[in-house]
Amino acid sequence: MALLLAATFLMIHLVPGDPVRASLGPTAPKELVDARRHALGLDQSLPRQFSDYVSQVAHGDMGTSLVTGEATTDVIRARLSSTMQLAGLAFLVAMLVAVPLGGAMAAMTYGGKRRSLELGFAATAGTFASIPSFLLAVGLVWLLAVTFRVFPVAGREGISSYVLPIAALAIAPAFALARIVRVEGLRVLDQDYMRTARGKRLPPRLFYVRHALPNTLTATLTIAGLLLGGLIAGTVLVENIFAWPGLGTVLVQSVTQKDYPQVQALALLFGTLVLVINFAVDIALGLIDPRSTILDA
Amino acid sequence: MGRWRRALRTPLGVVALVGLGVIVILAVVGPVLWSDDASRFDFEAVSQGASRAHPLGTDALGRDILYRVLVATRLSVTLAVLAALLGALIGIPIGALPSLVGERLGRTITSFINLAVAFPSLLIAIFVAAIVGLGARGAVFGIACAVAPYFARLTQTLASSVVGADYVAAARVLGARRSRLLGRHILPNVAEPLLLTSTLAIGEALLTLAGLSFLGLGVQPPGYDWGRMLSEGLSRIYVTPVVAIGPAVAIILAALVFTLLGETLAKGVAGQQTARWGDVPAPPVAPAGPPDRPLADSPDSPVVAVEGLTVAFPGGSTPVRGVSIDVRAGEIVGIVGESGSGKTLTAMAIADLLPPSARMTASRYAIRGQDPRLLSEGAKRRLLGSSLAIVYQDPMSSLNPALRIGRQLGEVAELHDRLSRKQARRRSIDRLRDVRIGSPETRVRQYPHEFSGGMRQRTVIAMGLMIDPKILIADEPTTALDVTVQQQILRLLRDVGESSHAAALFISHDVAVVSQLCSRVVVMYAGRVVEELDVPTLVRGPAHPYTAALLASVPTMESDRARPLATIPGRAPGPFDESPGCPFASRCPLATDRCVSERPELEGLTPGQRVACWHPLTAADQRERVVRAREDVAV
Repeated sequence: MALLLAATFLMIHLVPGDPVRASLGPTAPKELVDARRHALGLDQSLPRQFSDYVSQVAHGDMGTSLVTGEATTDVIRARLSSTMQLAGLAFLVAMLVAVPLGGAMAAMTYGGKRRSLELGFAATAGTFASIPSFLLAVGLVWLLAVTFRVFPVAGREGISSYVLPIAALAIAPAFALARIVRVEGLRVLDQDYMRTARGKRLPPRLFYVRHALPNTLTATLTIAGLLLGGLIAGTVLVENIFAWPGLGTVLVQSVTQKDYPQVQALALLFGTLVLVINFAVDIALGLIDPRSTILDA
Repeated sequence: MGRWRRALRTPLGVVALVGLGVIVILAVVGPVLWSDDASRFDFEAVSQGASRAHPLGTDALGRDILYRVLVATRLSVTLAVLAALLGALIGIPIGALPSLVGERLGRTITSFINLAVAFPSLLIAIFVAAIVGLGARGAVFGIACAVAPYFARLTQTLASSVVGADYVAAARVLGARRSRLLGRHILPNVAEPLLLTSTLAIGEALLTLAGLSFLGLGVQPPGYDWGRMLSEGLSRIYVTPVVAIGPAVAIILAALVFTLLGETLAKGVAGQQTARWGDVPAPPVAPAGPPDRPLADSPDSPVVAVEGLTVAFPGGSTPVRGVSIDVRAGEIVGIVGESGSGKTLTAMAIADLLPPSARMTASRYAIRGQDPRLLSEGAKRRLLGSSLAIVYQDPMSSLNPALRIGRQLGEVAELHDRLSRKQARRRSIDRLRDVRIGSPETRVRQYPHEFSGGMRQRTVIAMGLMIDPKILIADEPTTALDVTVQQQILRLLRDVGESSHAAALFISHDVAVVSQLCSRVVVMYAGRVVEELDVPTLVRGPAHPYTAALLASVPTMESDRARPLATIPGRAPGPFDESPGCPFASRCPLATDRCVSERPELEGLTPGQRVACWHPLTAADQRERVVRAREDVAV
């Protein structure tokens, strides 16, 4: 977290030349530039600036937009939920698709059975897992919004407007995760304790759900955490395609408009989100794995 | 390199190579050939869809999109390659650092790398590009920073494993300097995987670059790459969707080529066999014999009866060949043999627990008089689940780490004896107490990792006793345990047999253990039964030279310690062997020509003893003769 703060702080200072000059344009009068520099505290010493920055952030002030003059926290507050909705729902969909799909594939192809199914799944999943969300989004828009006009092309109005962005975001991670779940499932099915379970002649439901599934969760969750981080990045692209009123559209705007304080604030926010997700995954893993000591403490 | 070449000769490898060739050629000649066509304005054909003259349509200035896609190959691919290389340049030294600097600093750097890997690469790219400035330069820097963590992490893991290797330690002892270590010893060993990662990184860079340009943060006008063309196309997707599809397809294909190339190479390096078309499992070896008439479940009839049991795997491996075994109620039958003799597979075939690729045939296969092969899935599950229990070889891995002991024990009784959850728990506690596990009330709430090895083995036995089995199959249940625990387990198994009157099949490579526990012994060699005899006969002296040799190799208190332990020279024939004679002939001191050319069948020798041998030993001379014969061979 300290590293992240330092990195976002330094960001504004690493910009070649003067960020204020860059944002106001080369023709802006010197007085205006100086006044703006002063207002932003950029005329002070570096350590002083850093301590100011940290205390500001601690008080919930993440700076003011150079372009609109709005507090970045207000912008973030207004749009954070819409981005989180998108990422959260997409994550949910991806998990709900990946775990049953990967699990079923593992069960059906275990022991070299159904080779053609295995190849088909490997090809399909491999292809979909490697198509990035923005290309998928373009494809989906073309197919479902333009050609068949089932869903709206862009915007956030009503439930149907959620379908395409979420599909675009969720499909690649779902297949990537399904592959992991399958491999993990095959590994688990090979374990001695699954042979024990087979020896108990359990009905398939108990055999797979009670005995196999919990043992695949550790690896699945670890990867899922990484994918969730990736999903948040994916929203940046997908939001721009679907004109979704979230943080991704703001981010791209602020970068193109050289609105450095806003970019800085967003970097801090996204960075924190990723850290929080990592932390949450670690905790979840600890809760799930009976061998961890978190529960005892 | 040979492995790579082989990997590239698979169908996927060829596709990847051809794709790479096309991309390289396009990148080289594209701008030379079509630059003019791609930038020619045609104001009469502005913003058109697909047509004969412009297969992928035209842009807002009437320029042909197909030509522009082709020309853009160079810029898109060059930038991606540059970014990946730059990322490698940044990442590899960072990743090499932890193994060169001190331990504490090294750990800090490692955790920093791990954090950076977890950070979404697109976000890193966007933020870095925002600092460096919009445009191709910013994008390349951004993507380089985004892929650098992958290189760093890979280098770090590889380097730390190489640094641990003996020859690097030796070099260090010899006083090699750290920088020299890196150059001479570490880098050459990690070069190959790094090259693979670079290929994958180029694919990733291509996609990220397209994403950046698509957002307007990458290549700026008047330059154009696939990403920018895609975003221009998207704004017109309602009217002329084809202009967006063209660049999108180009991006996907190019990225796929690099990913495919990397994965194929990686498979070659890992030595994995890539799936080939036509690689189908072998058909069942032989049709099953006519199923037996179901017998009545009378006390006299054997609990387990198999005849002519054969287990085969695709590819011609036949580890079990024509085995016949009967086990009656209250009887403990031992199966002995060295590893690879097929004893475990025989037991698993009887329990209907063979791996899915195995093919089992038998002229007779009956559990309590019923042939499981003729039953429906549900009926088979009921029959085997309520009459057959198995104690596995490895107690450490035979319990499910994610479930509580009480759950694992209780579910068997809940399922097959229709007990309630509470009753099942009570029975679990009783059974755990039976196998002498202290305070079973707390133990049932624990997980397997909280148990010691001996406790787990006893738990597995308790699990087998949850349903009052008619037959207990124990597969080397004491091999993984130390001697004192072994004795406890053996005593426990014997008590169980006596008190419940269950039949048991006890598999072991240890003749001494078997003679201690069992009433009858089946000796297996190379997938066949070579001798079957009761334990008193075994102790008096077996008839088959192999059994005799097995017995002779067991050291006793009287063994002369000055002489080397008796061993059986030579090796057993493998599961692919199809030679006609006695499988033991090549190692047998008494073998004659007949033994090599003709296989002896299992035949009754005395009551309670059957042997498959042309020259069975007689009671008087056996051990001496074998020992002497072997000494003669040795001299």
